Amino acid sequence: MNALLLERDGTLAYTAGAVVADDAVDVATREDATAAVRGTFSLSGVSVAYGRDRVIEGVGMEIPARSVTALIGPSGCGKSTLLRCLNRMNDEIGNVHVDGRITLDGADIMGKAMDPVELRMRVGQVFQRPNPFPMSIYDNIAYGPRTQGIRRKSELDLLVEESLRGAALWDEVKKSLKKHAFELSGGQQQRLCIARALATKPEVILMDEPASALDPISTQQIEDTIAELKDSVTIVIVTHNMQQAARISNQTAFMLRESLEEPAHLVEMGDTKKMFTNPDDSRTESYITGRFG
Amino acid sequence: MRTPPSDGARRLGRTTTRRAAEAVVRAIIHVCGWLAIVILAAIAIFLAWNSVRAFGEAGLGTMLSGTAWYPTSDPGKFGMLPLILGSLFVTGVALAVSVPVGVAAAVFISEFSGPGVKDVMKSIIEFMAAVPSVVYGLIGVAVVIPLVKDVFALNSGMTALTGGIVLGVMSLPTVISISEDALHAVPFDLRQGSAALGNTRWQTTFKVTVPAAGSGIFAAVMLGLGRAIGETMAVLMLTGNAAVMPTTVLESVRTMTGTIAAEMGEVVQGGLHYSVLFAVGLVLFAITFTINLAADLVLERQRKRWRR
Amino acid sequence: MSGMSRTRRARRSEAVARAVTGLAAVSVVSVALFVLAYIVYHGIGAIDWTFLTDVPRDRGREGGILPVIVGTLWVVATTAGLTLPIGILAGIYLSEYAPRTFTTRAIRLAITNMAGVPSIVYGLFGLAAFVLLAGFGRSIIASALTLTCMTLPVVITATEEALRQIPQDLRQASLALGATRLRTIYKVVLPAAAPGIITGSILGLARAAGETAPILFTGAVFQMRKLPDGLSSRFMSLPYHIYAQVTSVPGWSPTLVWGTALVLVAGVSVVSVVAALWRSAQRRRVKW
Repeated sequence: MNALLLERDGTLAYTAGAVVADDAVDVATREDATAAVRGTFSLSGVSVAYGRDRVIEGVGMEIPARSVTALIGPSGCGKSTLLRCLNRMNDEIGNVHVDGRITLDGADIMGKAMDPVELRMRVGQVFQRPNPFPMSIYDNIAYGPRTQGIRRKSELDLLVEESLRGAALWDEVKKSLKKHAFELSGGQQQRLCIARALATKPEVILMDEPASALDPISTQQIEDTIAELKDSVTIVIVTHNMQQAARISNQTAFMLRESLEEPAHLVEMGDTKKMFTNPDDSRTESYITGRFG
Repeated sequence: MRTPPSDGARRLGRTTTRRAAEAVVRAIIHVCGWLAIVILAAIAIFLAWNSVRAFGEAGLGTMLSGTAWYPTSDPGKFGMLPLILGSLFVTGVALAVSVPVGVAAAVFISEFSGPGVKDVMKSIIEFMAAVPSVVYGLIGVAVVIPLVKDVFALNSGMTALTGGIVLGVMSLPTVISISEDALHAVPFDLRQGSAALGNTRWQTTFKVTVPAAGSGIFAAVMLGLGRAIGETMAVLMLTGNAAVMPTTVLESVRTMTGTIAAEMGEVVQGGLHYSVLFAVGLVLFAITFTINLAADLVLERQRKRWRR
Repeated sequence: MSGMSRTRRARRSEAVARAVTGLAAVSVVSVALFVLAYIVYHGIGAIDWTFLTDVPRDRGREGGILPVIVGTLWVVATTAGLTLPIGILAGIYLSEYAPRTFTTRAIRLAITNMAGVPSIVYGLFGLAAFVLLAGFGRSIIASALTLTCMTLPVVITATEEALRQIPQDLRQASLALGATRLRTIYKVVLPAAAPGIITGSILGLARAAGETAPILFTGAVFQMRKLPDGLSSRFMSLPYHIYAQVTSVPGWSPTLVWGTALVLVAGVSVVSVVAALWRSAQRRRVKW
């Protein structure tokens, strides 16, 4: 189901939406309401300001569940900032103000009713640089579940194995789970971070240029992992690598900050194939074909 | 391959008790964070409060300008000038020892030595800083007192010079480590720029690095001064403690710190003498507070300068 | 021609500068080694089993220093028990919670100034606040509280610096997994910063063990027949014992006093050196 939405600033926003959940569904009943497909984000009129500096304005988009959505655009266009709105990590940076409405499966995630700590158990994140904790592989993965209060060894063992399998790391580390995470290679560390995010059983995983610090082979492995994961979890990925976006994503959103004086906005969003072959906006085309950025 | 996240047994919610416990811990953290200000203020208040009687009966002006310290005569005379001068004499000698040697050693460590030598020097300085002052005092008693006595042919080796030399050695770690930090903080490009102009290492050090680190070295000297003026045990054991107006560093002196340490044990609590000793402490506190504040402001300015 | 002589002059001044600053460094090292050697040379003769396990006899001219060692350990342990929790929590506040405002700057200023307050002034404060006003009397607890005020700046600064070394990434990773800020600090940041915190704290406590002026009027005594039996007990202490022997015992035994000094310096510096070495070993192991 696709829909064309007219943004309030007149920009055409293309929405590849699956189920747009009813706004009235509240936190308590979300389990059954969207039990079938969970992890759908809906953004409207999202603006972000660092102090007085407005960096993003009026972004609206639908992020469908169980698919890969790529955020692309030149550096400094607010992709990562927008990504951090989705798990409210912007709260942790002082002086950031987010406006507009963001819902996850119909529940408003910006309101007082949503505890950001609980939100982040449902919306995981993988960072640009691999950042394993200075502890064993096992403890890294078990960190999230333990935070949720899971203490039983058998349950944790199961989660660790499942998560490592999910991140395609199990076969490499199954004999050395007690090894310090820093002894892994960069690519392995990043897959460990993916596994760590999977262990809390999130509905969504946000990835902020997860392969930008890795070699081509490790990048390939990360991309394969993403391809396997998208059947069970929603993935939103920020990337500045056009080929990567084209290879792995189902839909692509192109963001642009035309000048430093004005905030960034969403130029267009749509099916990846269409965006890369026949975009509606000429700026998208110039960016994708490498004329700027 | 992966079980979808639909199991109902997920424990997302945090309980109310948990939240309350977190709030309590956060509150404790905040209180501890503010404690430094509370303690510093408490020190000032306690000193001032206990000095009130001294100010009332002996008078601050009279105390600060009086040249006679006879606390146990009747009525007692509480002229602090001999004590203040005693502290200044000892501290002056200490700085004359520690500043040239300390700054030169810091330049050597920072500019002319390899990483191995640097590590050894740093652990030696760490050791010097760890030796308790009473032990320096003991070494002064055993070595420096006889030495000063013989060299200057004095009747007693307990002089301002003796205390100053030992204090100088004691403040070396402070002067060296803070100067070294200041030199180390000078950006590498600045040195490279100078070297590219054909300057030798020493010319670079002398014309570029040391001036650039100047404020930090100044702060090091100030902190060394603060350490020397506040030092108690070594001077108590070495300067002879004669509370008279000193004229040369080869005479026995009594410092402010030494006076408090020596006399507090024998005074009536709450009495005038007791209160006067707190007043001495208050003067000492004011002096070191000013010195430290100045050093801190200088260091902060330097930090801002090199921050990019 | 003139270029040549300029180069030669530059080279000569370079050599002179190296020699002068090198001489300063060498003299610092010599003084330190002299101090170390002097203490060991004069003190080593006193160290035997009796010295370490006997009580002082004849006002300290004979016998051993057992109660002196035990008293020092009591005070240092009590100080540690007070300083570590408060100092570490304060360090956490500064690194993890404090806003970048004027008040935070004031707290930092207070901490650096606390570090510069003369030890004898702490002694006066301890006397007025803990011995008299709080009513602890001259006791281990009054002395430990006084030493705590003195040691706090060291522990706070060490904790704050160690926490700041931990990359922001790590905190973000933990928060993004749904951990609260407190859990992040407790489970990730503190363990990672532990070597720096522990080493800094040990260095601070070692200094406290060697302080005399703050305990002079707050609880240290010259002679005690029995070992301390609680926090309200008075105590003997290594640095105070040295001072008291030299200044108020005519005919003090140099061997025993130097032996006491050796025990004190060895204790303080061995602990400091081990802590410093451990920290650098940890730093080498974990690179951010």
